[in-house]
Amino acid sequence: MTLLLQQLLNGLSLGAIYALIALGYTMVYGTLQLINFAHGEVYMMGAFVALYLARALGVDEAPTIPGVIAVALGAMAACAILGMTIERVAYRPLRRASRLNLLITAIGVSLLLQNVALIAFGALQSFPSLLPEAQWEILPGVALRSNDVLTLSVTLVLMVILTFIVERTQMGRAMRAVSHSRDTAALMGIPVNRVVSFTFAIGSTLAGAAAFLIAVDKHLIRPDMGMTGGLKAFVAAVLGGIGSIPGAVAGGLLLGISETLVSGYIASTYRDAIAFLLLIVILLYRPAGLFGRSTVEKV
Amino acid sequence: MRPWISSLLLCLGLGACSGGSGAPKEIVVGQYGSLTGSQATFGLSTRNGITIATDEQNAAGGIAGVPIAMVVEDDQGKAEEAATAVNKIISRDRPVAVLGEVASTNSLAAAPLLQAAGIPMISPSSTNPEVTRKGDYIFRVCFIDPFQGTAAAKFAYNTKGLRNVAILKDVKSDYSMGLGKYFSETFTALGGTIAGEEAYAQQDIDFKAQLTSLIAKNPDGLFIPGYYTDVGLIARQARESGFTGPLIGGDGWDSEELVKIGDKAIIGGFFTNHYSVDDPNPIVQDFISKYVAKFNTKPDGLAALGYDAAKILYRAMEDVAKDPKILAGLADRSSVPATEASRKAARAALRDRIAATRDYPGVTGIITIDAERNAQKPAVVVEVSAEGTRFVESIAP
Repeated sequence: MTLLLQQLLNGLSLGAIYALIALGYTMVYGTLQLINFAHGEVYMMGAFVALYLARALGVDEAPTIPGVIAVALGAMAACAILGMTIERVAYRPLRRASRLNLLITAIGVSLLLQNVALIAFGALQSFPSLLPEAQWEILPGVALRSNDVLTLSVTLVLMVILTFIVERTQMGRAMRAVSHSRDTAALMGIPVNRVVSFTFAIGSTLAGAAAFLIAVDKHLIRPDMGMTGGLKAFVAAVLGGIGSIPGAVAGGLLLGISETLVSGYIASTYRDAIAFLLLIVILLYRPAGLFGRSTVEKV
Repeated sequence: MRPWISSLLLCLGLGACSGGSGAPKEIVVGQYGSLTGSQATFGLSTRNGITIATDEQNAAGGIAGVPIAMVVEDDQGKAEEAATAVNKIISRDRPVAVLGEVASTNSLAAAPLLQAAGIPMISPSSTNPEVTRKGDYIFRVCFIDPFQGTAAAKFAYNTKGLRNVAILKDVKSDYSMGLGKYFSETFTALGGTIAGEEAYAQQDIDFKAQLTSLIAKNPDGLFIPGYYTDVGLIARQARESGFTGPLIGGDGWDSEELVKIGDKAIIGGFFTNHYSVDDPNPIVQDFISKYVAKFNTKPDGLAALGYDAAKILYRAMEDVAKDPKILAGLADRSSVPATEASRKAARAALRDRIAATRDYPGVTGIITIDAERNAQKPAVVVEVSAEGTRFVESIAP
């Protein structure tokens, strides 16, 4: 029983990272119906920005609370700018083109960023310890790590803020309108370009937060981290119902927990195979994902 | 690509010759390895070791007066890229022999191509037994995993007194899976038990699930036959999960990055390796001082194996090149390229000479190539410390 609880905790903290990245996929898909394959690379860039920012501020040698917060916010801001730039430069000119063209462009941007990072930053870098690492024994045999608490709480807080923005603010209403029909929204005087930019900024900010959290916890960052992390998060977004905010979080947590339980109880050798099989089964019964609404494609 | 174009390109690259038609003869040797990617230090160290051997050979007049030209291709540590890189070397540069790779998975991808082309390949450090089974042109100068796994198991059981060891291996690596299997066989044969076996996939960053279930079985040691990037992370997370026993691994740990990634968690870990920098043997110390002079850092085991692989190849070339016909077949990029038949005969002679290597005094021990084209030699166990590695013991085959 204690083992199961410990594994659930492990799964939750892994899933929280997937969830944060998945939110970015889901938001962009929700407004543009575009699978932004470069999103994983935005997340990777966030980790490297955090590293260089930490070095520039001297936080890697002597961590201070304001310094660490500045590193985290800096990484998030850099991701937001990168996300908006990608949208402006690579996607906006193609907005009227077929969706396949956009998808291929997204893959191209992803490969470009990954290889530029490989040349600029090298194959891997270790990330300094910025946060004190503690752990508490909450039950006999069940340890709760400070990093897990941080990851989970940041994810939940960001999800609440995001839901508030989408549901309660003027910008959120505009986002939902653009999502519903871009042309109608434009006719109603909604500045579609600004709304799309904002969506990319928000999604990328969350990727930056995920990057910071993973870097301070795992102490290792590399240019291909966006590939694996991005793929898992994309699956989480689809599982939860792409376009749905609570869906992305639920999908991320579910994927993290199922991976952990498969590793811990069935066979770690077949972890990905079994975890993904589970997803296929869920999607067979709920093709639109857990929280997705099935829609009829207009022909 | 036409020969004159490739020689022109090479001229540009080396900046050493004056024009197309008067180009001097060269003996082309290919090399593929992970110069970038998550195993980059493997490829870079190997390349550096080979560079020392090539410079030495060329400074002493090359092979019967013909200089060696080394062509290096990066495979990013990926099996599919290794096949591409080797195909590129075969068709573009027409080498007489190829050196590489470190990771067994990558050597396995490239070996069949070289075997089919009839080009001898020497892997400096791929330890999976399958590699040299790809054909009679494929050699290695390192020991193989059954022996490495046996040595690690003997060390764990006899020297450390461990009786109940857990294994965490990399499901994506032939090397890691093989090493885990041989360790487990010997360890149980000695009388120990395997507490549990779990697997991860290269590039994972979270190992908590596997570690939690392994540690719940109360092992007194953890065997991690992986590569340094993953091992560093696993060590950190194992200590965070409350594991205090010794961590043991194989030569995949051999990188200065290991301590940077694993930090305090990996210090005090043990791994089997090909040589130790503390070895007082003058051959070893001579190599270390040359390496430090050129690259300003101490060579790891992979650099030493790269050096030995290249030395054995060059020694075999010198021997067969005493026959001027064979020398003509080895040397290419001259104004009159060698015919395909003479090139083929030269490579076959070279293959036979490499296969006949006996008692070669290398940096990584006395090397004898056996009938399976593997090297018979002892393994050393080293301990990870903040300054590098420390020799613990030598385990004979």
